[in-house]
Amino acid sequence: MKILVPVKRVIDANVKVRVKSDQSGVELANIKMAMNPFCEIAVEAALRMREAGQADEVIVVSAGVSQCHETLRTGLAMGADRAILIEDDQDLEPLVVAKLLKAVCEREEPGLVLLGKQAIDGDNNQTGQMLSALLGWSNATFASSIEVNDDHFKVTRELDSGLESVTANRPSVITVDLRLNEPRYASLPNIMKAKKKPMDKLTAADLGVDSSPRLQVVKVEEPPARQAGIKVSSAEELVDKLRNEAKVI
Amino acid sequence: MTKIIDRNNIDFLVFDVFKLRELLGRGRYADHDTESITSVLDLAEQIATNDLWPHLSKSDREEPVLKNGTVRIIDQAISALGVLRDAGFFSARFDTKLGGMQLPVVINNACNGMFKGANIGTMSYMGLTQAAAGLLNTYGTTDLKVRFMMPLLQGKFFGTMCLSEPNVGSSLGDIITKATPQSDGSYFVTGSKMWISGGDHNAAENIIHLVLARTPGSVNGVKGLSLFAVPKIKVNNDGSLGDNNGVSVAGLNHKMGYRGTSNCLLNFGEITDCQGHLVGELGKGLLAMFHMMNESRISVGIGGAMLANVAYRVALNYAKERKQGRKLDDKNSSNKPVAIIEHGDVRRMLMRQKALSEGAVALCLYSGMLVDLEILSADKIERQRYTDMLEVFTPIVKAWSTEFGVQANKLAIQVMGGYGYTRDFPVEQLYRDNRLNMIHEGTNGIQALDLLGRKLVMDEGRALKTFAAEIRADLASLNETTNLRPFIDKLTNILTNVEEWLTQVRSMLQSGEKSGVLTNAMPFLHAFGHLAVGWLWIKQSSIASNLLDKSSPRQSDSFLQGKITTCQYFFEYEIPEAEAWLKVVKTNPGAVLGMAEDSF
Ligand SMILES: Cc1cc2nc3c(=O)[nH]c(=O)nc-3n(C[C@H](O)[C@H](O)[C@H](O)COP(=O)(O)OP(=O)(O)OC[C@H]3O[C@@H](n4cnc5c(N)ncnc54)[C@H](O)[C@@H]3O)c2cc1C
Repeated sequence: MKILVPVKRVIDANVKVRVKSDQSGVELANIKMAMNPFCEIAVEAALRMREAGQADEVIVVSAGVSQCHETLRTGLAMGADRAILIEDDQDLEPLVVAKLLKAVCEREEPGLVLLGKQAIDGDNNQTGQMLSALLGWSNATFASSIEVNDDHFKVTRELDSGLESVTANRPSVITVDLRLNEPRYASLPNIMKAKKKPMDKLTAADLGVDSSPRLQVVKVEEPPARQAGIKVSSAEELVDKLRNEAKVI
Repeated sequence: MTKIIDRNNIDFLVFDVFKLRELLGRGRYADHDTESITSVLDLAEQIATNDLWPHLSKSDREEPVLKNGTVRIIDQAISALGVLRDAGFFSARFDTKLGGMQLPVVINNACNGMFKGANIGTMSYMGLTQAAAGLLNTYGTTDLKVRFMMPLLQGKFFGTMCLSEPNVGSSLGDIITKATPQSDGSYFVTGSKMWISGGDHNAAENIIHLVLARTPGSVNGVKGLSLFAVPKIKVNNDGSLGDNNGVSVAGLNHKMGYRGTSNCLLNFGEITDCQGHLVGELGKGLLAMFHMMNESRISVGIGGAMLANVAYRVALNYAKERKQGRKLDDKNSSNKPVAIIEHGDVRRMLMRQKALSEGAVALCLYSGMLVDLEILSADKIERQRYTDMLEVFTPIVKAWSTEFGVQANKLAIQVMGGYGYTRDFPVEQLYRDNRLNMIHEGTNGIQALDLLGRKLVMDEGRALKTFAAEIRADLASLNETTNLRPFIDKLTNILTNVEEWLTQVRSMLQSGEKSGVLTNAMPFLHAFGHLAVGWLWIKQSSIASNLLDKSSPRQSDSFLQGKITTCQYFFEYEIPEAEAWLKVVKTNPGAVLGMAEDSF
C-alpha cells in the first residue's frame, strides 16, 4: 500500500502571530515557519504503518510557495520515501488544495491519504473532508487510533462526547488528531539522506486545476483582549452570573 | 514560556557574520548546504527546549546518589541522553564512515551550546563522550577504535577524562597514578582520580575512562605521563561485555552547581586488577590530552556563554512583566507602576548581560569557524594562520566567556531582585552551574598564564602578529558608511598599545623576569578578551547595518538595531574598563608580591 501524506507549511507553533498593520492578513516577514503539527502526526502515523509492514511507500506532498520544499524535506528527514511539491504563489484555499490532491491521488493511486485534521494557521478543518468527497472515497476524521486491515481501516475518532469507532473501506481519507502519536524527531543521518530523496515538482496547471481564490478576505483583526477576572463570593453567585450575565448555562 | 534559546542570534552569527555558507559544499563539508544545516539547528533547538530544559531544576534538586558502589542519576536525564543518541548527536562531527555526518565544528558547537544552555548537567555526559571518542579517533589503535570508540560514537558507552588527583589539579606534572606493563601488552593501572565528571552513572552500559598515568622508570614531570583507556567493564573481542575492571567509586563530590553530572573520586586497581590500554605513545599522554583539550576549552567557553545568554533571556522576560515603581521623572504617585525594564539601572544591567553574553557566544562560534577553516585549508601557510589564531583565541574563549558569562549571570539574578534569588526561577541555578566553568579544564588563572606567558610571546610573537593583522585587515574591509569610525579607532589604539607592551613583555620574559609580569596575567586576559570581543561587536554592528539597508529576509529590524546599539554600549561602557586594565597590567606588582604572608 502507498500512503500519501499532504503536509502544510505554517507559522511555527511557538511564534506569536501578529496581524499586519493594514489588516490584510498576518505578518509573515522574518517569521519562522514549520510543518503544521497535525501534519507531523500524520507523517508519523504513515511511517509507523510502513515500519509495521502495512505500507511500502510513504509520499509527502505539499502545495504552496517554493519554500514548501523545506517542509517536504522535514517529512523526508522524518523518513518519508519521496516528495511532491505543487508550487503555487497564490493563497490556496482548502477546496483548491483538495482538488490538487485529488489529481495527485489519481496519478499515484494510494491506498490511504493521511492528513492532519486541520492546520494551525486557518483552523479550517476542511481539506480532508473535501478531498474524500471529490474522490468518492471513505472518510474518517479526528483519528486517535487507526487499525490497518486488508480491505478496510478501523478508526477511533475523538469527539466532544467521547470516542467513536468506525470502519472505513479502502481506499480512504483519514484525518488525524493530537493523541494519535508523538511524532519522532528527524535524526541527523536522516536529515542527510533526505537531501538525496526524490522530490517531484508540479504546478496547478500540470494537474489541470484553477488555483485562483474564490473567497475574499475582508479584514483580519486581533481577537479582543481578555478582560480582567473578578472574584465571586459563592457558588450561587457564580451560577447566577453564568446563567444571567454570560448566558452560557 | 520564555523562549530560552536565542536562535536568531545563532543564525545571525553563523550565517550572516561568519558566512558559513562559503564553507559548505567544500571538502569535508561537501554534502552540506544551508538547508541541511538549518534542519540540524532546528533539531538541536527542539531537543534543548523539549527534552533538556524541562528537567533542569529536577536534576539540581535530585543529585546523583551512590548506592551499593554504583551511581544513579534521574530517569529524565537518561531519557534525554537517549534522545540525543537516537538523533545522532554523539557522532555528528565525526566522519561519515564512522556513522557521523561530518558536521562543521561551528555547528556542532552551536548545537552543543544549545544543549548546555538548556541543561549543562545532563549535556556534559555527551560532551565527555564526544571528547573521549575524539581522542581515540586520533590516537587509538584499530583495536581500541573497534572496541571502545565505536560504542562511544553510538552513545552505547560513555566516556570520561581522568587527569586530576586528590593532590594534583593545575600542576599535572605531579600526577602519581601508576601504569605497570603486563606481558600481554596491556597495563595495570593503580591510583586515585579526583573530580571525575561522569565517573559513574546508570545512563550507559559501560564507561571508558581516559586516564593519565605514569609508567615505571618514566621521567619526572609531564613528559613522563602516558594516556590509557580504562573500561569500567572489560570488553571482549567480539564486543560483548566481560568482567568488571577494578574501577571503584570511592565517593561522590557534592557541588555548588552542575549537580546533574555525577562527580566521583575513582580508585583504580584498588580491590581487583584494573587493565588499561595505552593510547598513543609512551610519554606523550599530556600532549594527546591537550590536543583534545583545546576543543574542550572552546566547549567550556560555549557553556559559559550560553548559560549567561539563557539567564539573560529569562531576566529580560521578567523585566518586561514585573511592575515596580515609577519613572524618576514621574512625580505623580497615583500613576500606575511601570515595568522595571523602564528603569535606567535595570536597562543598564540588561544591556550588560546582552553585550557580554552575546559577545561571548560570538567569540565561541568564531573559534569554531577557525577550526573549520583550519580543516578546510589546503594551503600550508593559510592553515598555519588559522592555527595561530586558534592558539590565541582558545584561552580567551575559555576564560573570558566564563568570567564575563558569570558576571552576566549575577546580573540576571539582580534584575529579578528577591525572586531571582529563589529556586522558583532558574537564574540562581544557572549562576551556580556556570560558576564551575571558570574552574575546570584549566582554571582561568592558568588560561591567563597560557595566553600571556606562552601564546602571545612564543615564536617571536608570531601568533600575536597573525591576530593583529587579521583584525586590522578585517576592520579595513568593513562597510565605511556606518557610524563605526570612532569605535574602530579606539580598538586600533588598544591593539597598538597591546602590541607595544607585549614587545616589552617578551624581553622581560627572556631576561627571566617571569613572576613579575605574569602576576598581572589575569587583568591582561580581561583586556585582551575585550579587544577580541570589541572587534566582534564591530563586525556584528557593521553586518547588521548592511542587512538593515537590504531588509534581510531572516532577521527583524528590531533584532538588527539591537546589535548596532549594543555595539555602541560595548564601546561606551565596557571598553573603558579594558583601557583601565591595561594600565593595571603595567603596574609593578610590588604590593601583591611583596607583602609578607603574615600580613595577609
Ligand atoms: C565539578 C568539577 C568537575 C571536574 N571534572 C573533572 C574531570 O572530569 N576530570 C578531571 O581530570 N578533572 C576534573 N575537574 C578538576 C579540575 O580540572 C580542577 O579542579 C582544576 O584543574 C583545578 O585544580 P584544583 O582544584 O586542584 O586547584 P589548584 O590547582 O589547587 O588551584 C587552586 C588555585 O590556585 C591557582 N593556581 C594553581 N597553580 C597555579 C600557578 N602555577 N600559577 C598561578 N595560579 C595557580 C589556580 O588558578 C586556582 O585559583 C573537575 C573539577 C570540578 C570542580
